[in-house]
Amino acid sequence: MLRQLEGSRAVAETVARCRPAVVAAYPISPQTHIVEALADLVTAGELASCEYLMVESEFGAMSACIGASAAGARAYTASASQGLLFMAEALPNASGLSLPIVMTVANRALGAPINIWNDHSDALSQRDAGWVQLFAASNQEAVDLHVQAFALAERLSLPVMVNMDGFVLTHAMEEVDVPEQDDVDAFLPPFQPRQWLDPDDPVTIGAMVGPGAFTEVKYLMADRQIRALDTVTEVAAEFRAAFGRDSGGLVRPYRTDDAEVVLVAMGSTLGSATDVVDDLRAEGVAVGLLGIGCYRPWPYDEVRAVLGGVPRVVVVNRAIAVGAGSVLGRDVRLSLPGGTTVVHDVVLGLGGRPVTRAGLRELVLDVLAGQVPDETLHFADLDREAVHRELAREAALEEAAR
Amino acid sequence: MTTTLYQIGTFAAGNRLLAPEQRAVQSSTERGNAITSGHRACRGCGEALAARVVLDAASRASSGRMVTVNATGCLEVFSTPYPESAWQVPWLHSLFGNAAAVASGVSAALRATGRDDIRVVAQAGDGGTVDIGMGCLSGMFERNDDVLFVCYDNQGYMNTGVQRSGATPPAASTATTRPVGTSVGNAFGTGKSLPLIAMAHEIPYVATATVADLHDLEAKVVTAMSMHGARYIHVLVPCPLGWGSASAETIRVARLAVQSGLFPVFEAREGAVTAAMTIRAQVPVEDYLRPQTRFDHLFRGDGRPDVVAALQERADRNIARFGLLAEQPDNPPDGRPQDPAPLEKETP
Amino acid sequence: MKLPYAVSLGPGTSAADLTGSWRTERPVYQTLVAPCGNACPAGEDVRTWLYLAESGGAGYEAAWRSIMETNPFPAITGRVCYHPCETACNRGNLDEAVGINSVERFLGDRALDQGWTVRVHTPATGRRVLVIGSGPAGLSAAYHLARRGHTVTVRESAPAPGGMMRYGIPRYRLPREVLDAEVDRVLALGVTLELDSPVTDLDAARAEGWDAVFLAVGAQLGRRTYLPAASAAKVLDAVSMLHGLETGDRPLLGRRVAVYGGGNTALDAARTAKRLGASDAVVVYRRTRERMPAHEDEVAQAEQEGVEFHWLSTIERVEPDGLLIEQMELDENGFPQPTGRTERLAADSVLLALGQDTDLSLLGPDSGCRVIDGSVETDHSFATGVTGVFAGGDVVAGERSVTVAIGHGRRVAESIDAWLAGRSAPPVADPDLAPYEALNTWYFEDAARTHRPLLERARRSSTFDEVVHGLDEDTALFEARRCLSCGSCFSCDNCYALCPDNAVLKIGPPGEYEIDLDYCKGCGICVEECPAGAIRMVPEEV
Repeated sequence: MLRQLEGSRAVAETVARCRPAVVAAYPISPQTHIVEALADLVTAGELASCEYLMVESEFGAMSACIGASAAGARAYTASASQGLLFMAEALPNASGLSLPIVMTVANRALGAPINIWNDHSDALSQRDAGWVQLFAASNQEAVDLHVQAFALAERLSLPVMVNMDGFVLTHAMEEVDVPEQDDVDAFLPPFQPRQWLDPDDPVTIGAMVGPGAFTEVKYLMADRQIRALDTVTEVAAEFRAAFGRDSGGLVRPYRTDDAEVVLVAMGSTLGSATDVVDDLRAEGVAVGLLGIGCYRPWPYDEVRAVLGGVPRVVVVNRAIAVGAGSVLGRDVRLSLPGGTTVVHDVVLGLGGRPVTRAGLRELVLDVLAGQVPDETLHFADLDREAVHRELAREAALEEAAR
Repeated sequence: MTTTLYQIGTFAAGNRLLAPEQRAVQSSTERGNAITSGHRACRGCGEALAARVVLDAASRASSGRMVTVNATGCLEVFSTPYPESAWQVPWLHSLFGNAAAVASGVSAALRATGRDDIRVVAQAGDGGTVDIGMGCLSGMFERNDDVLFVCYDNQGYMNTGVQRSGATPPAASTATTRPVGTSVGNAFGTGKSLPLIAMAHEIPYVATATVADLHDLEAKVVTAMSMHGARYIHVLVPCPLGWGSASAETIRVARLAVQSGLFPVFEAREGAVTAAMTIRAQVPVEDYLRPQTRFDHLFRGDGRPDVVAALQERADRNIARFGLLAEQPDNPPDGRPQDPAPLEKETP
Repeated sequence: MKLPYAVSLGPGTSAADLTGSWRTERPVYQTLVAPCGNACPAGEDVRTWLYLAESGGAGYEAAWRSIMETNPFPAITGRVCYHPCETACNRGNLDEAVGINSVERFLGDRALDQGWTVRVHTPATGRRVLVIGSGPAGLSAAYHLARRGHTVTVRESAPAPGGMMRYGIPRYRLPREVLDAEVDRVLALGVTLELDSPVTDLDAARAEGWDAVFLAVGAQLGRRTYLPAASAAKVLDAVSMLHGLETGDRPLLGRRVAVYGGGNTALDAARTAKRLGASDAVVVYRRTRERMPAHEDEVAQAEQEGVEFHWLSTIERVEPDGLLIEQMELDENGFPQPTGRTERLAADSVLLALGQDTDLSLLGPDSGCRVIDGSVETDHSFATGVTGVFAGGDVVAGERSVTVAIGHGRRVAESIDAWLAGRSAPPVADPDLAPYEALNTWYFEDAARTHRPLLERARRSSTFDEVVHGLDEDTALFEARRCLSCGSCFSCDNCYALCPDNAVLKIGPPGEYEIDLDYCKGCGICVEECPAGAIRMVPEEV
């Protein structure tokens, strides 16, 4: 049933219907509405036999989830930005211990300077933490991805992070269909942990592994991540069958056939980008779009299959890899070895700067006009005047000091 | 008519003259051996011993329905190097600073999934408790989560090579507080008593103990396990490596810590001290310091009687604060808060 | 569970890591000789019987039977022994020695009360042994010989058995019913006792065809010294006086009695004089109290009963109404030297208690027994120079006491038994003693020693009722449990409980432990924390 709901509320209600046994969270913008709504649901008794731990930090939140999951309970938390980094030590621990925790990240920039608005710096900083990372393009997809995330996590015995853009999605009122409890129950079987703390079968979880076996442990983890690609596809297909909606999956190609140029993006940008593609196609511009639904594990084959013969690709980065370029752009480039595709690595929408249809349209046209470099990172929505002024001032100061 | 047992009282672990239930759990062949042979703790490790004592007592008190969470540290490293684990109880290690939060999560999970007959014991060294783990621990206390948290305090980061921790006593030499130049070793700070911090949270139960008195330690674990909510036991565990004491003297050094007054042994409920173990045979702090090379510099050459006096002052303050001398009212004179029931005499 | 590789492990798998290879020293259980037993002249295994008694109940009989393995007279020694065990007791370093003697008496009395007896389990050997003298040495030997299956005849010159136990020790220290009961228990083993049968000729006795003879005639002769005395003066020897009292004589000592000497007999005489009605009983002794050979307890009790002491005094002359006493002073070597200063002490009689001699007239001139300074010379097995003739008790040189004599009797019995079987007597081993320093006394609860109640002072002066009473059961149990079990495991489980490596195994019955050398790292905690010093570290051979 479609309802007009705030994204956070919709996600909270969906998470509740996934019946987590333990929710542990610490508030941080823009995740707050999710954990507030969950607290209401737990307090109101709408989440039967769920323990809500109001922990003292994000580190505590992830740690409590680790404990809960290792004790055989479905565990959930949500965070963002600095909070995600504050739990950073625990993230590879959760994945290393094969604990199927689900976390929502309301994507937000990283400080300093402190900034509460949306970009993907937080999630992408944790790309090697061993978590499955899914990105929602819309609030409906955010809702659907949470149902899929629990299924994925528990099938894979891996933690899953569902990313949704802070404010842009979390605080947006939209029509959303929150899956019914019965349907969720039918889709998501009760949690069957792979290993758990049990007095009747007392195992040691979290041993120290030295050089003798560490590489093998890591190999097996990496292998499982790669095999998870199939599971992501599989779960998305099952979801489609069960709910009649296309949500999730590894990649989302849109009008990429015969495209001269294909935009690559993640998250809410995909909505605007779809409109831009439609507009430009109507104008006769051969442009397409590739949405990345699953950032980790990275779907090499799927990306290559879509982009392999495309002359130009424009990667819309919502985060940078300082001193090296971009994060997403590098993954895209690595997917296209030895080909003829030109990759334009573009940054826009950092720290909440709006990614507009006009901006994207201009970007595509600039690329086609040969005005966007393909070797260096291109800041598409930069106030160049301000930057040049500041660079000049610094140069003058240095000169004066000399 | 009853006859009190005098031959060894209850100071030794077991006694054929005592009813089995009055003997230490550790004297029983039925003890669980939560941590078993083959672990790689140093010779004479106080922590390895304490962990077995605590968990065996907790396990018995919970009829074996117990799971454990362990912080990173010596205990974790020496007990679980792949491919061998010394644990015979369900055991989870996550990180250094999060044992309390992990345990809270375990406890919440057990409650949420209807298995709250299973009890949770978390354990950490002093670093994982008073320093890096304190935030999570304070949260666990404040929420009154149903966890018994046990700190095995060996007064430093021994696993990483004996660096100073927030629990390292003043004047101790560690790898980061060498007594070079005018330094007397670790600085005389104001100290950080986690038991008192725990008490400030007004949690149901706080206790201190040492490996030198198994009966006391076990009794406190049993008391803690009889309660719910956040409970904290702080156990002093000498470290032959970090303290520079002989491996054979682990128990003796712990005993001297108590008998000198430097380590007060007490119990507190909801923020108030309810019992303190009186000193049975008081010794000057020097008797405690001398067997440990970490205090050698206080006795070399002319020595540092001023520093020893300052440490004695600390001991005296503890004695006054916790009423550790038997003359004080309300404390029986034989050094223990509660005597076991007297032996029923056999009659022919 | 589907445990992930390496990160999760099965329980207790560390057993595969044999940390015993780290060890440079290993703990070894040991049993050392306890100082109490080592000091016991009767050879009692004191630590063992205290251990048994500590259980109470059936433990008392087990404890008593342990004593009876060496000493057939616990009720007697529980009263008259000067308990060198307590002097040696390590607990004396902690607070006060264990009151071993009083526990022994409790057990001895309980045995009499309950009628516990011993039996001979060995088949009769058919060998016949003659014991000359029914004192503690003779009866002890008779008891041990009988238990070994030999046929024993005890020949006694007096009308009743017991020797000095009867004719030297006053009743207030050793009630005769106790003596009789314990002697009867020996006789009940089938020992033949011939009373009023003095042996005056050893050779003649041997010619009766005995397989072995034990010479245990004691030292019954009071030693005399020359004292210038007026004819009216009444000078008696204390031994004769005490002996006479036992056979019905009531000596007329007068109101004021002086006793000359500083041994236990002197005190027995003085205290007896008090009981016989003397208003003044004064012990005259040439040295100081500290140097007095009499036992401290006896001195204290005598003082309590009103006996007075003249220290550093010798009797110059006995006059009709008193003594002329010369004062002495100690020289730098501690020997008393005359000062020439004299004083008078009013006395109606003087009892001499200057030592006792043995009547060896039965040996004859060519007996083959060597006699030195009035004592028969023997080898370590108590054999005299005459084949098949052994000597012990007061007859041989050395300390003289009931307990020493009992010990001699046992060892003589062992020697005779060995000799009859053609074996040589076992050598005396050098004991590996448990020193106080080997103990960890922390584990022993503070417990001051109990004292046997004393008969109210008022009754002592007029009666021969027993002065020192026994302990009640609670007190005896308390006292037994004060034992530190020096050098012997008493199954306190400390080693088992305190091993950080679970490398002490508790096997079988209580007190049986084994070091698991697969895992013992050799830290030494078990040794350090053993209350009894029953474990030691020994280096590993590298």
